Amino acid sequence: MPTISPSLVFQLTLIGLVFFSLQISAAVLVYFERKISGWAQQRVGPNRVGPLGLLQPLADIVKLIFKEELRPQAADKWLFYLAPVLSATTAFAAFAVIPFGPPTTFFGLLEKPVPLQVADLNVAVLVVFAITSMGIYGIVLAGWASNSKYSMLGGLRSAAQMISYEIAYGLALASVLVIANTLSLREIVDGQAGVWWLFNIIPVPAWYVFLAPVGFFIFFVAGIAETNRAPFDFPEAEQELVAGYHTEYSSMSFALFFLAEYVNMVVVCGVTVSLFLGGFYMPGLPVWLGPLWFVGKVAVLLFFYIWMRWTLPRFRYDQLMDFGWKRLLPLAIVNLLVTAAGVLYWS
Amino acid sequence: MAPWLFYLFAVISVVSSLGVVGQRNPMYSVLLLIGSFISLAGLYVGLDSPFVAVTQIVVYTGAIMVLFLFVVMLLNAPREDVAPGPRLPIPGAIKAYGVALAVAMAAMLVWALSRLGAVPFVDDPQAAARVASVRDIGVMLFRDHAFAFEVTSILILVAMVGAVVLAKKTV
Repeated sequence: MPTISPSLVFQLTLIGLVFFSLQISAAVLVYFERKISGWAQQRVGPNRVGPLGLLQPLADIVKLIFKEELRPQAADKWLFYLAPVLSATTAFAAFAVIPFGPPTTFFGLLEKPVPLQVADLNVAVLVVFAITSMGIYGIVLAGWASNSKYSMLGGLRSAAQMISYEIAYGLALASVLVIANTLSLREIVDGQAGVWWLFNIIPVPAWYVFLAPVGFFIFFVAGIAETNRAPFDFPEAEQELVAGYHTEYSSMSFALFFLAEYVNMVVVCGVTVSLFLGGFYMPGLPVWLGPLWFVGKVAVLLFFYIWMRWTLPRFRYDQLMDFGWKRLLPLAIVNLLVTAAGVLYWS
Repeated sequence: MAPWLFYLFAVISVVSSLGVVGQRNPMYSVLLLIGSFISLAGLYVGLDSPFVAVTQIVVYTGAIMVLFLFVVMLLNAPREDVAPGPRLPIPGAIKAYGVALAVAMAAMLVWALSRLGAVPFVDDPQAAARVASVRDIGVMLFRDHAFAFEVTSILILVAMVGAVVLAKKTV
């Protein structure tokens, strides 16, 4: 039986804090998504509930809680309710290995410094990859268990899309691993501290995005496809599939899918920041404010996600598959080979 | 690894594996198989090899089972079909032969397991670190066993080409 120590209390607090912040981030994201879509379409966006419409997400949540929970008669009872839970769980679980701050003692509160990260594993990168690859089950099961053709098509599309883009995603990830020579996310982030001097005069942050720009591009694009966001939002293409895999869902089980989608965005952006954009390091700025820089970088990427959604039209399905298999995958392979050759040459 | 963790994962794994073959809905079978794989990964973590555990999840749960699920969904078979037509009567001699084979196999299994004996649990941090190190696994795989590794990859390639040849339409 483990005794209750300050570090155990801290660990539990950290888990609670991360869980809570991820939930809040989903609400904030919904608000910004609606606001930014408003600006992009020359509308005002939500502005009725609270000042500047800030309480809109809260109103949405209350509405969702009080809606009636419906289940189609032909649906599979168990899997129908399991699917949204699986979706949300995998979305939250992946964040556990992302470091968002340097080790800290909290101004002397704790005896030895603890890292700001739920779980520091030496195979963290693979864990992220494994958990995000499991996220697909929620969507596929929802599509199957609903027993409706739109949901089914949405689920099938999602499975095909995620298989196609996961390979490019993994290969882009491998190019960073080759440079960093480790599988631990914390060590990868630590490797990006400090600056390089270009021609000895121009300071450049020591971020891997400058060493592997193509890898960053592939990772970002495949990440958008993995989170099923526009322009790759085929599993829920409104014009063709009503609402895709969550057509038959209502109330909180519907809300869980939405939560999962937004949390997945945060996770993918968090991983992108850790792998390519220096994580919680910001050159020239104090590192103990690490969580601030981390959140800031994630926010910039998330803005980009939303901006993309309201700017680019959806691909056609065959274009999506062509792009994944005939463009992105060969590019990712070549990128990995070139990166590996470069590392061998310069090291 | 704490013994109760081992028993927890072992029980989950065995029960869900039995469930895979024990019930008729192919969708549930796929899901139970996934559950079995994940509890196996839990056992690997308990044996201080997180790399193997994660690889197990990435390869089996994340990739292969998604394909399984995809195929089951595409076929949309709600239940395993019972073989059509009247059942063929099985002669008594064949039944007896089958029973004899089963008994022989069970005996062999018991004999083999009894020869293993109890393996003492070695609490060696260095050995654990060796197993857990990705670098050591890489060296083993790509230097010491490079030939076997390459042969396996060619075998898989041949299987893939074979599948494509068998499945393609004659033009």
